[in-house]
Amino acid sequence: MKPPRPASAMEMTGPQRFLIGAVVGWFGLLVFGPAVALLRRALEPGVGQFVEKLTSPDALESLWLTAKITAAVTVCNTIFGIGMSIVLVRQRFWGRRLLDGILDLPFAVSPVIAGLMLIILYGPRSTVGSRLGNLGFPIVYHLPGMILAGLFVTLPLVVRSVAPILEEVGSDQEDVASTLGANWWTTFRRITLPTIRWGIAYGSALVVARSLGEFGALLVVSGNIIGRTQTATLYVHDQVESFEPQGAYVMSVVLAGVSFGMLIGLELIRNRSHRAEYATEENEEKTGKRKSIRPARRH
Amino acid sequence: MDIVVRNLSKRFGNFQAIDNVSFSVPGGQLVALLGPSGSGKSTILRTIAGLENPDSGTIELVGEDATNLPTQRRGIGFVFQHFALFRHMTVRQNVAFGLEIQKLPKAEIRERVDELLALVQLTAFADRYPLQLSGGQRQRVALARALAPKPRVLLLDEPFGALDSKVREELRIWLRRLHDESHVTSLFVTHDQQEAFEVCDQVVVLNKGRIEQAGPPQELYENPASPFVTEFLGQVNILRPETILGMDLDDERPLPVPIPGSNEGTIYVRPHDLEICKSRGDFPGWPALIRRLTPLGWLARVELTLPDGTSVHVQITQAISREMGLEAGQEVYVRPKDIKVFDHTTEDTGAVNYVI
Repeated sequence: MKPPRPASAMEMTGPQRFLIGAVVGWFGLLVFGPAVALLRRALEPGVGQFVEKLTSPDALESLWLTAKITAAVTVCNTIFGIGMSIVLVRQRFWGRRLLDGILDLPFAVSPVIAGLMLIILYGPRSTVGSRLGNLGFPIVYHLPGMILAGLFVTLPLVVRSVAPILEEVGSDQEDVASTLGANWWTTFRRITLPTIRWGIAYGSALVVARSLGEFGALLVVSGNIIGRTQTATLYVHDQVESFEPQGAYVMSVVLAGVSFGMLIGLELIRNRSHRAEYATEENEEKTGKRKSIRPARRH
Repeated sequence: MDIVVRNLSKRFGNFQAIDNVSFSVPGGQLVALLGPSGSGKSTILRTIAGLENPDSGTIELVGEDATNLPTQRRGIGFVFQHFALFRHMTVRQNVAFGLEIQKLPKAEIRERVDELLALVQLTAFADRYPLQLSGGQRQRVALARALAPKPRVLLLDEPFGALDSKVREELRIWLRRLHDESHVTSLFVTHDQQEAFEVCDQVVVLNKGRIEQAGPPQELYENPASPFVTEFLGQVNILRPETILGMDLDDERPLPVPIPGSNEGTIYVRPHDLEICKSRGDFPGWPALIRRLTPLGWLARVELTLPDGTSVHVQITQAISREMGLEAGQEVYVRPKDIKVFDHTTEDTGAVNYVI
């Protein structure tokens, strides 16, 4: 039996109040506190300084590179994530569970190791890498390698966001569409996609946030050449190493701000959009509330 | 024959879901596939729809071999137990979906949708979303949607299973009326015997992937072909031959019916085919002790125990129960009026019916 929710703060029991306080306090200590401290430091010398640091050529170059990588990674992994979800949930084939488990591998592997794996596979001394390099398509220490690194670390995010929805909604709607004469593409476009759109949005947002913040794999794979293969996060690292913390603070605030703002924005939009669509019949009857979409834990 | 299924088989792993099933549905009729969970009825329906592929066998729809046709081209309408309405579309858009696929002109679509919404009495809800509707309303939308593209065959998979019992009753009557008007050949899957009887022209009883018996509902009830059908359709008392023989031997008024030896037969008596009498007359009757008397509206259910401990239940009207002043603990006599004897030693799988 779940404890009943209190109607107002007045009705909360002692232990419930303590629990809420503890959780909020923990969140404050770990997340909120440091974030506020960063913001203060970044703005200490004044807004003018902030903008100046931000618009320096190296900073801008790094932001542009981050933007390019993030865009490529998001588009690729969203498409891949949707396809993978459909395959995992709707198809039955040997090795499906294995694939499901392996999908989380990028989370289990340190990004630095991921970067290293890419160098081994596609570096200038590998068979693939040297071939492509000779053809004018070098991978490692260039943009393609960095995109690959981003793809690796964000691989499971969209799948984990979309697959649970597909699982829960079931294939009945898609089956009905077939009986009504819809071919595969029409069913996908008019039934499946609208059903998973919030899963896609949320998953993509996570990909963007993760990609913006990727550091370890990029450090290894990019060679960190200033002005050429230095992303925003690498720029932050560089600024800290060169004892110019102000540049680091400014860039950090921008990166964190963008990620955070995006996730908040997504929540707000989703709250205002059609609530009804995401409750299953059973959930709706039970709680009368919208079910929120979160990436599933590994099963 | 609008639907002809021949030698259909399907297995899932080690489980034989459908085992060499053959039957046909005459054009314009509403036929039930009736059976307990796991009997294969939903699998058969889905195979006819093309949502599952059979391991062997053929399916013919209105004379055309549909075995290898994809679902889209079979011209069927399907109604699911859990409605499967498109949640992100309004009622009107749901119903229009099949027509839009057919690329009909907008005006024609609008007209047909209006016609169907009127038919299912949901015109006022045209612009609502499915989750704003009640279960019964949603199922009516699902029906309208399935009927919109004028399917040649309508398949319903336990369509009322997810609804409250009152709504279920209302929709059963409503569906029958709808069928009487539209005459679309329909196949209806259910585990509810009463539902099958109320709604359908014919019933196909399934058990463990095989057909037990098929025919008009009353025929199946009165002349069941196997113990399974007897037990599945309606209520029944199951008696062992030793019980009957034991009671007959104690008395000069045995049942005028050949009872097979023990392990070689099963005897069935329906609760309404047993009479309760306070005293023994000239007729065969079995002594029994009333254990419990349950009034059920205008009926009464009497649970009794026979001398050897066998439980028997009898259905009489509440009026009769009151008139006789029946109470728990009384010793009475139970008189059988109609019994079915399955003799397992003969080749015949059917029961012999004896009216006493």
